Amino acid sequence: MTAMSVVGAGAPVKVCVRGLDFFYGDSQALKAISLPLHTNKATAIIGPSGCGKSTLLRVLNRMYDLYPKQRAAGEVMLDGENILSPDVDVNLLRSRVGMVFQKPTPFPMSVYDNIAFGIKLYEKVSKSELDGRVEQALRGAALWDEVRDKLHASGLSLSGGQQQRLCIARTVAIHPEVILFDEPCSSLDPISTSKIEELIDELCERYTIAIVTHNMQQAARVSDFTAFMYLGELVEFGGTDHVFTSPTQKKTQDYITGRFG
Amino acid sequence: MASGLDDHRKGAVVSDMVSDAARPPVAEIERSRILARFAVFDFCFRNLTRAAAIAVLVILGGVILSLVYGSLPAIRAYGFGFLTSQAWNPVTDNFGAAAPVYGTVMTSAIAMLVAVPVGIGIAIFLTELCPYPLRRPIGAAIELLAGIPSIIYGIWGLFVLAPFLQQHVEPILIAACGDIPVLSTLFAGPPYGIGVLTAGSILAIMVLPFIASISRDVFETVPPMLKEAAFGIGCTTWEVMRNVVIPHTRVGVLGGVMLGLGRALGETMAVTFVIGNAHKIAGSLLAPGTTISATIANEFTEAVGDLYTSALIELGLILFLITFIVLACARFMLMRVERRSGG
Amino acid sequence: MSPYAARRRRNAIATGLCWVATAFGLGWLVLILAVLVWEGVRGLSFDVFTQMTPPPGSNGGLLNAIAGSLAMTILGVAIGAPLGMLAGTYMAEYGRYSKLTLIVRFINDILLSAPSIVVGLFIYTVFVARMGHFSGISGAVALAVLVVPVVVRTTEDMLLLVPGPLREAAAALGLPRSHMILRVGYRAAKAGIITGVLLAVARVLGETAPLLFTALNNQFWSANLDAPMASLPVVIFQFALSPYKDWRQLAWTGALLITFTVLALSITARALSRLRTSK
Repeated sequence: MTAMSVVGAGAPVKVCVRGLDFFYGDSQALKAISLPLHTNKATAIIGPSGCGKSTLLRVLNRMYDLYPKQRAAGEVMLDGENILSPDVDVNLLRSRVGMVFQKPTPFPMSVYDNIAFGIKLYEKVSKSELDGRVEQALRGAALWDEVRDKLHASGLSLSGGQQQRLCIARTVAIHPEVILFDEPCSSLDPISTSKIEELIDELCERYTIAIVTHNMQQAARVSDFTAFMYLGELVEFGGTDHVFTSPTQKKTQDYITGRFG
Repeated sequence: MASGLDDHRKGAVVSDMVSDAARPPVAEIERSRILARFAVFDFCFRNLTRAAAIAVLVILGGVILSLVYGSLPAIRAYGFGFLTSQAWNPVTDNFGAAAPVYGTVMTSAIAMLVAVPVGIGIAIFLTELCPYPLRRPIGAAIELLAGIPSIIYGIWGLFVLAPFLQQHVEPILIAACGDIPVLSTLFAGPPYGIGVLTAGSILAIMVLPFIASISRDVFETVPPMLKEAAFGIGCTTWEVMRNVVIPHTRVGVLGGVMLGLGRALGETMAVTFVIGNAHKIAGSLLAPGTTISATIANEFTEAVGDLYTSALIELGLILFLITFIVLACARFMLMRVERRSGG
Repeated sequence: MSPYAARRRRNAIATGLCWVATAFGLGWLVLILAVLVWEGVRGLSFDVFTQMTPPPGSNGGLLNAIAGSLAMTILGVAIGAPLGMLAGTYMAEYGRYSKLTLIVRFINDILLSAPSIVVGLFIYTVFVARMGHFSGISGAVALAVLVVPVVVRTTEDMLLLVPGPLREAAAALGLPRSHMILRVGYRAAKAGIITGVLLAVARVLGETAPLLFTALNNQFWSANLDAPMASLPVVIFQFALSPYKDWRQLAWTGALLITFTVLALSITARALSRLRTSK
């Protein structure tokens, strides 16, 4: 609860997690997590591996539903609606809460189709409108100039960094409200990483963002808020500057100064 | 260059921010309607695939039930005596399964006697001895042997192997074993060429690739560290195989052997050509005999009378039950290996 | 002899035997193919593909048998492959963690190597005995029963190879499972599934036992699936066991055709699956 007290007052909250527990079979991976994601802000979730940061992310779009014996208890409110409730349409939820993964996951189809695929699913659009939407999404992911001449090449033929931006474009194309990033740069080289970081920075203007990272510099660079987790518990949450310069918890300080993790 | 790109990008982002903000509020309702339609489709597709999975079970159930149903008249007529009777007389409607069951077991036993050591030898060769560039082609060639249709083995066995055995191998066997107690019965003449030994030999060639490729697969599940540790204390290749790899993969190899046995027991065409189709249990392996599958293949379409047909179907049922048990054991063992290497 | 020398010698003997075993195995392959080519090529002529199977003592070909084999194989695969693909899909996707999948996988693996003659008996009692006559369609159904387990197995294996993150990425767009499977899963597993179907074709093309008392045989041209139908393997069986020289020659030629078709199919399938794994 100490964590909640430092939340910047006034900023509207898009997602509010309250008392969230999560279980893999019998073992508990998250313990009573409570934190907000502020509208159009980036929140970084950091912590040593195995602390539950990815698990938390996967609750926010109910990705864990794909697997048996995984369950969540507590509340996750998205615009005031509890997404953990069983009568929530999971697919609708996921169309509102997009996700970008650790490794790039282009679908085995052309660059163009990778993006058009999601759009065509949800909307009836003419060919020219579709072309426009694809271009818009690729521009939004800062990829348009690099792929405009090979829209019909396989998505798998792009470089790792380009593939990851393609995945971001694909997510953006269907107009989500929240985008979750699960260590999006962990398999990329430094130049691709900096491009993705800049992109996240820009996406913040329109989307609420949560990013899991093990790279503290990255968290400091891209996020407005930071949550530090340890062993399934939320140790500290606050404005990124605040967490990195004057953490209130000893564990946080130890972690960000590199004493463990 | 990078900075030029960045400038361009920022411009682009600002421009499409405007269009994005204009997202209509009805979009969400529209989306949930579309998703509801997808959900119906998903439900149908899910149940369709589920029904197909259940159909696999239905096929098995259908095989068993139809065989039981078809063999009911014979079961009623002969009871358990069917299993022990050597009679096979369509004229008097007197049938027994002993001769075909004996033939099936004997031919398979001969096949395993040859194919198991040779198959494991090939597997050792492929995992340890073979020069790397040759591994793939030789492995593929062995698997091609498994791809040759069984009727080809049959025609080849009839026209090539049987005469060869008759002229060159069987006379030697008969002469060599003439004075040795048990063997003189097993290899008593005359050399027909066609018979239990020839059928067993053909089966050996047929199941060889199965045993070889499964053994190779399970040998490859041995962690390299384990082998390296043994090589590290100065073991020879043979000692590593004997003391580390084979004990480690015992269950899997046995599973592969059982799988080969299942194939051998049920093989029809290759055997039918060269077994001779004689309904009697002869002491000599050189004499003609019959197997369950050969009996069915040879006689089913000519069977007149319900009892004759039913007796043949009962033979099929016996064959199916035997192979089912053997194959179930094989799968069970191979599953244990998979689980261990997977977890 | 020192213990070390004894060990060395034992090793040399054992590894030597492994070389011999491999040579033995490969020897049969070479021998079988060589005899097949030697005996089969002699009878290879234009007539084989244009004439019907002859009565003993006259000239003819294998046209009706080739056509029958193709028809029943195509029909059998057309029935069996979709069923197998759907079942494999259930096992790898919807039912991945269910008990039903465990049972189906076990049973399917048994059906995979179950004696094919038993399948013939099954179709005989279920179809032929009911309809009262042998027919091409019941032959095709018997082949379909053999196709199913092969396709189930490869479809499941190939879909399981589709990386988890790709599946999650599709789900993250809000796609229902069916869309993910049809649009992403099948696409990613395409080469593997085609391999499975090719292997199934290779398997049933040479099958004889299940056709003996379902499709039976037919000496004449017949496009009627409701009537007995000739097939290459059954004709080979009948002709090879006959005392007539020209029939035996046709049997060898048919054997050559069928073997090289089957081997070409399985080599293609293998090459396809290698293409997939090297990517």
